[in-house]
Amino acid sequence: MNPHIEYLLRIADNALILGQRLAEWCGHAPVLEQDIAITNIALDLIGQSRSLYAYAALLENQGRSEDDLAFLRDAGEFRNVLLVEQPNEDWAYTIVRQFLFDAFHYYFLEHLTRSTDVHLAAIAQKSLKEVTYHLRFSSEWMIRLGDGTELSHQKMQTALNDLWMYHGELHTPDALDIELQKSGIGVDLLAIKSLHSAKIEEILSRATLEKPASSWMQSGGKQGRHSEHLGYILADMQFLQRAYPGQKW
Amino acid sequence: MQDWPLWEIFIRSKNGLSHKHVGSLHAADEEMAIENARDVYTRRNEGISIWVVESKHITASSPNQADSLFDPADDKIYRHPTFYVLPDELKHI
Repeated sequence: MNPHIEYLLRIADNALILGQRLAEWCGHAPVLEQDIAITNIALDLIGQSRSLYAYAALLENQGRSEDDLAFLRDAGEFRNVLLVEQPNEDWAYTIVRQFLFDAFHYYFLEHLTRSTDVHLAAIAQKSLKEVTYHLRFSSEWMIRLGDGTELSHQKMQTALNDLWMYHGELHTPDALDIELQKSGIGVDLLAIKSLHSAKIEEILSRATLEKPASSWMQSGGKQGRHSEHLGYILADMQFLQRAYPGQKW
Repeated sequence: MQDWPLWEIFIRSKNGLSHKHVGSLHAADEEMAIENARDVYTRRNEGISIWVVESKHITASSPNQADSLFDPADDKIYRHPTFYVLPDELKHI
């Protein structure tokens, strides 16, 4: 695959899969206000993925549409990180997953606004406004629940311990990341890594949560090696287009 | 969550207009009330500014006193400035 397009798909797939995960909360969140808040974030992310898929389809020029990219690729072709496909479990897991992602996404997009690909830079600029709010939302919930009751603290710590090994993949560059960075299209993930880690440390300390000791990080999603969870997400998300090909609103 | 207080939400739809009551919601504190109000009431471009106030801080007039409070204004037509011609440039009056 063309590295430029693959890079776009990584960004788009992160947004789509996390958006789809968050959408599972629709009608199920703890209270009405959070139900609307989390699905707002889901819609922001799905909107971002649409812009990126449309652009990738344009560059690809193979007659595929943004919908084809979202609904007709199988798990092995998705390039999202493992973190975003992890299950919602409960509100604590959802918030920790969201925070670990948002803290990365914010700095990533901020750097991406300076991409030499002006179209991509413009998408990043637009997304950054939304993600600034996402980060504020998830940070406040980290603090509120981490520094909340004994039970909420313990639930957050458990979620953090379980999800920790998935956050390193976000800021660890592979050959493709380095290639795109060199061409000026992509960002320097090592620069993002220190910003990401500093943000995490700041919020964990305000949330009175302990940073997990293990530094071993799981990876593979960016190269298309996914956990079993992604297949179930796609089964839900792609059912309609698979069963009724070409169906439209 | 059932102990979260109720908040009244006021939204200013654009500059030059005043904040208007749009509804109420539950939140643990004022920060969360602002965020909840943003998500519940401004998703469709309804606002540029939000005020939140805990419902318990609002004192309401009593419906029993409506007669004495409001009826006396009924027959004072001369208090309405309907006898003036307003220039077109004046908005929101």
